[in-house]
Amino acid sequence: MSAQTLYDKIWSAHAVGKRADGQTMLYIDLQLLHEVTSPQAFAGLELAGRNLWRVGANLATPDHNVPTDNRELGLDGIVDAVAKQQVVTLDENCRRYGITQFDILDRRQGIVHVVGPEQGATQPGMTIVCGDSHTSTHGAFAALAQGIGTSDVEHVMATQCLVQSKAKNMRVQVDGALRDGVTAKDLILSIIGAIGTAGATGHTIEYLGSGITDLSMEGRMTLCNMSIEGGARAGLVAVDDKTLEYLHGRPLAPRGEPWDLAHEYWVTLRSEAQALFDSNFRIDATSLIPQVTWGTSPELVIGIDSATPNPDRAGDEAEAQSLQLALDYMGLVADQPMVEITLDRIFIGSCTNARIEDLRGAASVVKGRKVARGIKQALVVPGSGLVKAQAEAEGLADVFLEAGFEWRAAGCSMCLAMNPDRLQPGERCASTSNRNFEGRQGHRGRTHLVSPMMAAAAAVQGYFVDVRGML
Amino acid sequence: MKSFKRVTGIVAPLDRLNVDTDQIIPKQFLKSIERTGFGDNLFDAWRFGDEGAIGKTPNERRINPDFVLNQPRYQDAGILLTRGNFGCGSSREHAVWSLLEFGFRCVIAPSFADIFLSNCFKNGLLPIVLKEKTIDRLFEMIDATPGFEISVDLPAQEVRLPDGERFEFAIDPFKKRTLLEGLDDIGLTMDHREEIAAFEAKHRKRMPWVFTS
Repeated sequence: MSAQTLYDKIWSAHAVGKRADGQTMLYIDLQLLHEVTSPQAFAGLELAGRNLWRVGANLATPDHNVPTDNRELGLDGIVDAVAKQQVVTLDENCRRYGITQFDILDRRQGIVHVVGPEQGATQPGMTIVCGDSHTSTHGAFAALAQGIGTSDVEHVMATQCLVQSKAKNMRVQVDGALRDGVTAKDLILSIIGAIGTAGATGHTIEYLGSGITDLSMEGRMTLCNMSIEGGARAGLVAVDDKTLEYLHGRPLAPRGEPWDLAHEYWVTLRSEAQALFDSNFRIDATSLIPQVTWGTSPELVIGIDSATPNPDRAGDEAEAQSLQLALDYMGLVADQPMVEITLDRIFIGSCTNARIEDLRGAASVVKGRKVARGIKQALVVPGSGLVKAQAEAEGLADVFLEAGFEWRAAGCSMCLAMNPDRLQPGERCASTSNRNFEGRQGHRGRTHLVSPMMAAAAAVQGYFVDVRGML
Repeated sequence: MKSFKRVTGIVAPLDRLNVDTDQIIPKQFLKSIERTGFGDNLFDAWRFGDEGAIGKTPNERRINPDFVLNQPRYQDAGILLTRGNFGCGSSREHAVWSLLEFGFRCVIAPSFADIFLSNCFKNGLLPIVLKEKTIDRLFEMIDATPGFEISVDLPAQEVRLPDGERFEFAIDPFKKRTLLEGLDDIGLTMDHREEIAAFEAKHRKRMPWVFTS
């Protein structure tokens, strides 16, 4: 057998067999559920008279719809009746099928992609699915984690299998360590800027190199999280001591003898040196500077020292048109320096950047400073109830509150504005989330994606600034 | 699932790259727990000048006359022609449901995002990949010819133009069969339940820590 990549290894360890059509039935170890993409799957299951294949393989928490204030009111705090029904439906379905759920009042509730790793539910070598494209996050633990549609959510519920053809292997090699003030977010934005939003379509990315081993688990999660923004359904990082250290002692991680057994297997979860990848991309981390998106696709990103592109200099007419559309939507003009752009709101949160390290980074910039007068709202939304509690214990919440930030309860919040946190038409936001699509954070809202430190710096200045000058 | 054999219809041209699923169906409509009711809000922020909400009917909305789907010549279009990386972003299957409910049975583009593509096949929406150059030509022909119709023939794997010109397209043979027969995808896997159970037993022995809960 030829040398295997990490993806090859996990794939072959879970391939049940092929259906008549040639597609592989891939056994799924863990399905994460939230309120938005599961109700139709549960209803479909019931309609067909099917049952859950393995109840213990499912773990649920509401995140997209939940308001980030008045959390003590629980379900009564959800003002939107339609949103409330969706959260109640998840409660009912979990109760009915006996699925473990961290509900709206549970302190372990949070964004599903923060909760899985935090609880130790996400483990190396697992296959993980969730009806959410940012499931790629869990790949930071060398788990093959993919976002799926609702029909597939139902398929996995009923059969414990995801039916698909194997993707190709893509190697993203990151050399050297990031400099101070430059984060995993800047790294992944640069990668997407270079390969494009369809650059990894049909591939599973594995991130390798000294720049990756140097990253914390939080950083690796940020990186894998946005693999989907480069077109890859899954991103992976091999197991190392950091992975094991992070997992050890987590509530759902194995302990004692099972830990030893798992450990022995987990350390084998890396690509063999001779393994061949179908495509390769290499980037030097040492020369990277903080990144800011200027347009309406994550690939439309530049360094903080740069200016918006000029459609007149585009390669062809289609590209020129595309750039102009993005500039118009964003209310920007050609050749506009990023440091001239003023903001209305700041959002620090989301499955990309709402973990403790993200909050520490942002707080280190905010400490002793104040949110600029021009900023209408600066939100910090921890990724889970436990991240919130930890940040409060570390004094980070006080740093944010003293500076004029709002300190909220866990949820997806303004990343996708399915809840009350959103932009008003025309408003501009520095956001630590993952998508700057038109209207993503609110109807006609304008999103610039940045790292938590860059968002914090923008909050303090009122406009974009290179955070490295504030450290 | 709805079966798909042949469709002849007006083609609506959506000349944009990287159309994401947030544009196809904006988030506020995802709060529904139903699988239907999304057609009225397809491309909501582009089709209408005001902000849409669940329960607001199209009659109460401000139409954006500039958006291509609102032009009289593309009313009743059954086929959507668009640019590369269509359906990128969020995994929401609601995007496919809204396209189907609005009346589209087929989307033609130079490339599609992965999750969107799987979602198409689960619902009987046919995604066709044609070469960039062919797509360019189709855009030109549609623009030049009001009422431009094409035929999509899945058994023959062909797109036919009014003048008789044909373009072949590739499709995975099994996916083709699933679409033609409207097969129950879950049922097909359920047929392998013993194989899955046997695998699971073996997997449990090999990785017992996965099965603790």
